[in-house]
Amino acid sequence: MTDIRLLTGGEAVAHAMRQIDPDVVPVYPITPQTPIIQTFAKFVAEGAAQTEIVNVESEHSAMSAAIGAALAGARTMTATSSQGLALMAEIVYIAASMRAPIVMALGNRALSGPINIHCDHSDSMLIRDSGVIQLFAENAQEAYDLTVIAPRLAEHPDVLLPVLVCQDGFTITHSAEPVTLLPDAAVRRFIGDYSIPHAVLDVARPTTQGPFAMPDYYYEFRRQQAAAIEAAAPVLADLAAEFSLLCGRSYGEIEPYRLEGAATAIIALGSTAGTVKDVVDELREAGEPVGLLKLTSFRPFPAAAIAAAFRDVDSVVVLDRADSPGATPPLHAEVAAALYGSDCELSGAVYGLGGRDLHPSDIRAVFEGAAPSHIGLRGDPCRV
Amino acid sequence: MAELRDWQHLPIAGAVLPDEAARPLTGGWRTGERPAVDLPKCVNCLLCWAYCPDSAIVLDGETFTGFDLDYCKGCAICAEVCPVGAIAMVLE
Repeated sequence: MTDIRLLTGGEAVAHAMRQIDPDVVPVYPITPQTPIIQTFAKFVAEGAAQTEIVNVESEHSAMSAAIGAALAGARTMTATSSQGLALMAEIVYIAASMRAPIVMALGNRALSGPINIHCDHSDSMLIRDSGVIQLFAENAQEAYDLTVIAPRLAEHPDVLLPVLVCQDGFTITHSAEPVTLLPDAAVRRFIGDYSIPHAVLDVARPTTQGPFAMPDYYYEFRRQQAAAIEAAAPVLADLAAEFSLLCGRSYGEIEPYRLEGAATAIIALGSTAGTVKDVVDELREAGEPVGLLKLTSFRPFPAAAIAAAFRDVDSVVVLDRADSPGATPPLHAEVAAALYGSDCELSGAVYGLGGRDLHPSDIRAVFEGAAPSHIGLRGDPCRV
Repeated sequence: MAELRDWQHLPIAGAVLPDEAARPLTGGWRTGERPAVDLPKCVNCLLCWAYCPDSAIVLDGETFTGFDLDYCKGCAICAEVCPVGAIAMVLE
């Protein structure tokens, strides 16, 4: 029997964590991640998961403890948002370099300042070069599904990297929608036992983890790390195919939506893709050749898949929910690199910073070519 | 000097495996003083063993016998924590 429940994205991910039943979860609360860990802590208190929750004093410590646990041989998860990820950032890089397969739920939230608790993607962008995998969910169902897939991706012997499952703060974390849960046993079977091939902390066979690397070796370890995240794309494709057999829901590094015959297309991350889909449906019904490319995998960045998906599209607009002061916004810059040399006309717009709403009318304006470079901004939107 | 390995032939994340680790003798880092024990005074409390930041306190079973000067850095913590004054720092 299908188990459909009314859940927020935060609750849905907490259910995925309950079913995964990680050995260790070191975590520090921060809005809008709080409902994830609050709901999960309740499951643990009720005995529905056997996890050791470590109440640490900061996110820096949360990720530090997570690395120790993951490399000691424990399946490890954590969760954070915004300033928490900023404080954690130093150790996020170290987690990736130590190849610790930690799964992290991220409730995307604007970075300070000014201080703000609402959604944008500046926290994800802060650590875009850290070497961790970042998957973006469009809704609560995707946040749940990607969280179930994430441990397999993180722990795959070709990968062995932290995986962040990103969901838009409040828009997904706090909005209730119907979510179909897999049976607990199906999740347990899908994820299997935790096992990593590189040396774990073992008193009978002591190792040094995270050693100093001088100029004669640092470069090689960085290349090893880059190879690991490059390997994640085919692994994700295989896992998504296996997951699809479980429940019929399929995932890929990108999701093309009505791109066939599209003259103009939007590319976006996260919940905005859902709004764009509605507008695309509406405009398609009116005969407008428009489409969407949703990016599920932001890291690794699916440049080749993006270029292939837009091969027959005349113009592409990149919607960035983060800015890069003094430079091209991050997603726009990377899509531009992916499309370099193609005939596709490329433009971009920043939107939704600090939780500013993006309305269907804004998206219609984008498709009409009438959108400013900063959607929804009061005052002169032109770039200087 | 050992031959430098390329990135495909390094342990994942650079984990140093027990049979691969170089074992340099780091006692040469001492700068002038080393610990010396007056064994008849020693009460075998093993505080020096517990406090030594390296593994330079040598035991026979559970009995203190002396120092491994190949690894002792001369930090003098053992002399400081010894409750009976059995350890003193002496010139090399």
